[in-house]
Order: sequence, then C-alpha cells, then structure tokens
Amino acid sequence: MNINLTLIGQSITFVAFIWFCMKYVWPALISVMEEREKKIADGLEAADRADKDLELAQKKAVETLSEAKQQAAEIIEQANKRANQIVDEAKDQARAEGDRLKAAAQAEIEQEANRAKEELRAKVATLALAGAEKVLGNAIDANAHNDLVDKLAAEL
Amino acid sequence: MASEGQTSTEYIQHHLQNLAYGKLEAGYTRADGTVLTQDIWTIAHSSKEAADMGFWAIHLDTLGWSIVLALILGFVFRKAIAGANTGTPKGVQSFVEMIVDFVNNTVTDIFHHKNRLIAPMALTIFTWVFMMNLMDLIPVDWLPWAATKVTGDPHFFFKVVPTTDPNATMGMALTVFMLMIFFSIKEKGFMGFVKELTLHPFHSGKIYIDIFLIPINLILETVSLIAKPISLGLRLFGNLYAGEMIFILIALMFSAGLIMGIGGFFLQMGWAIFHILVITLQAFVFMVLTTVYMAMAHDVEEH
Repeated sequence: MNINLTLIGQSITFVAFIWFCMKYVWPALISVMEEREKKIADGLEAADRADKDLELAQKKAVETLSEAKQQAAEIIEQANKRANQIVDEAKDQARAEGDRLKAAAQAEIEQEANRAKEELRAKVATLALAGAEKVLGNAIDANAHNDLVDKLAAEL
Repeated sequence: MASEGQTSTEYIQHHLQNLAYGKLEAGYTRADGTVLTQDIWTIAHSSKEAADMGFWAIHLDTLGWSIVLALILGFVFRKAIAGANTGTPKGVQSFVEMIVDFVNNTVTDIFHHKNRLIAPMALTIFTWVFMMNLMDLIPVDWLPWAATKVTGDPHFFFKVVPTTDPNATMGMALTVFMLMIFFSIKEKGFMGFVKELTLHPFHSGKIYIDIFLIPINLILETVSLIAKPISLGLRLFGNLYAGEMIFILIALMFSAGLIMGIGGFFLQMGWAIFHILVITLQAFVFMVLTTVYMAMAHDVEEH
C-alpha cells in the first residue's frame, strides 16, 4: 500500500489508453453507429412515405373504380335506350311493312275480284244469251241483240 | 495459504502486499538477514522491504495487470472496429456498441461543451476500471498461487486487482485532476482560473472588502479542488480494497474446517454476486464523476 512510481506508471498507461480510444475506437464506432442510425431513420421515413403512398393509391383506386362503375352504368343505360329505340323503330318498320303488304294483298284481292267479275260478267252474257235462246226456242241473232246483252252485262 | 504454516495475519498481509520492484541501498539488511554490499534494483521479499524502497519503486503486478487488461480491451475494441459497418451489428460488435452508446448518452447528458476528448476518456475509464475491478471476482488465491508455482517462490507477492492499489486509482484520479486544471485554464484563461479560485464563494464587488475575502476563498476553493481527485481515487480504492479484504477473510474460512468451509462457500457466492453490482457501479461512478469534473472545468461560472 505504498505510494510509489506505480502512480506515474498508471497515469501513463491511462493516458495512452485514452489516446488509443480517442484516436481509433471512439470515432470509428460512433461514426458507424451514427450512420446506421441515419440509415434506420431513413428507412422508417421511407416506410412512412410508402404507407402514405399506398393510402393515396388505394383512395385513387377506389375513386377510379366508382368512376368506372358510373361510366358503365351510363353506358348500359344508353345501350338500353338505344335498344328500346331500335326495337321501336323495328316495330314501326314492321308495322309499316305489314300495312304495305296488307294493302298490296288487298289490292291484289280486289284486282282478282274484279277480274273474276269481268270473267263472270262475260260468262253471264253468254249464259244469259244461251238461256234466252233456249227460252225463245231459236237463235237470237247475236249481232242484233248485242246491245241488249251488253246493257244487261253492264248492269251486273 | 493459512494451512501452509502461515498464520491468518500473515496470510492476509501476504495478500495485501504488491509485487514491488525497486532500489535497495547498500548496507540494507534484507528480509533473510543478508546485508547488501551495494545498491541493487530488486523485487521486495517482504512488506518492510517494499516500504523501504520508498517512492522509486514499481508495483509490477498492478501495472502488469492493468496493462494486460488494457490490451485485452484494446483487442476487443479492435475486433469491434474491424467488424464495424452500418448493417446489423452482431456479437462482440453489438456488445461494444451498446457500451459505447451507453457511455455516449451518459456523457452527452452531463457534458454540454465541445470536446472530443471527454467521451472517449469516459469510455476508457468505464471499461478499464470495470475490467480491473472484475479481477476481484477471480478467487483470491488462484492467480497468486499460480504465480508462486511459476516463479517457484512460495512467498511471491502477487496482487491481481489493480484498483485495490491506491497507486492505480490515484494515478488515474491525478491524471483526471491535471486534465481538469488544463481545461479550466484553456477554457477560462489563467486569470479566469485564478478568479474562480479567489472570488468564490464570497464576493462583494467592492475591492476593499474583497481583499479580505480572497484568502478565505482561496483556502476554501483549493481544498474543494484538491478534494475532487482525492475523493475520486480513494472512493474506488476504498470500495475495492474493502471488497478484496472480505474475499480474503472469507477465503480464510476454507482452512478452518468443513462447517466453516461450507459457510465460506455461501458467503463467497453471496459476496461475489453483490460485488458484481459494486464493481460496475464503481466503474460507472468514476466515469460520471470524471465527466462532471470536466464539465465543471468547462463551465464558466457566472457571478
């Protein structure tokens, strides 16, 4: 327990060790640790930012989706409208066509009837003439009574 | 050991004597009765010889162990630096970084000035003092016994805990003290330092009163200034010396029969576990006080 030169020796060792720590240990470790701290902070910040970005993107996606839905609904509505229109048009056309066909058919029928009437008329004249011949018992001069027969046929 | 023909007193004394290397003058009667014919540098063979060597002697064990421990620490630090990168720290590097971070936080809490020396010094003190204190947990007889076997001298003195030697603790405390004065003068100028010693704590602002106050201030401030390194060094020494002493006393129980031996086992366990706290705390206290003293040296006190 004597105080002696060890005191100075210990001081020298102490100073040397402090110098070693100050020169090599401390700066190396502290700089690395600070750098790592910064890296971690940056990483966290980036993660935060990514989170925010994600949120924004999700919001945007939802917006886009609803917009698209709306558009789709509009398109469907338009399509429906158009379809109705087309159906109506088709109906009109069909109706017109039907009417036209009906008119044509009626005209033809009328024509046919007229023709049949004419034929009948012609045949009636002949028939009436034959009948009259039979009734009178002799031939009627066709030429002489042509006017009469024609008048008769016209009355039919 | 006590059983090998030593009395308990001799055992304790033997354990408390450092391995001193110093000069003995011609005409000196050595421990074995021989009288020296000329001055020699030698290893002391008794406590009396060590005491008679005076100031110009060196405790080889104290210095040797503190240097060895410093080298071990240096090696560990080197390893940590070599592996240092900004990625995930592992193993030794992680542990060293944890300590560095702890020291850094402590220092930045206490010390608010710009000085690149303080934090590394705090790291040095904390780790080194801790290592030196840690030697206290090695059973008191192991290393001294190994030393006697290696040297073949059954009375070989070997004290393995550097911090139980006041030379070691006071050496560090005095270095801290010199740094304190150095930074005081550097930060405040020589006159600022003198003013701090002479115009505190009593100061009237009137010259004819101050003249009488200055000597009183000087005495008070000088005492408080000198008390700092002494309390710093002696606190560490006292704690570790007492701890070592108790380990030695417990070790004595092992040679006093089976029952006492079993008691000694439990006592040693308990004291060792408690001592883990003491050695860490003392290392921490030494570091914190050093940082506080440095901060005081940098602080320009306001009147």
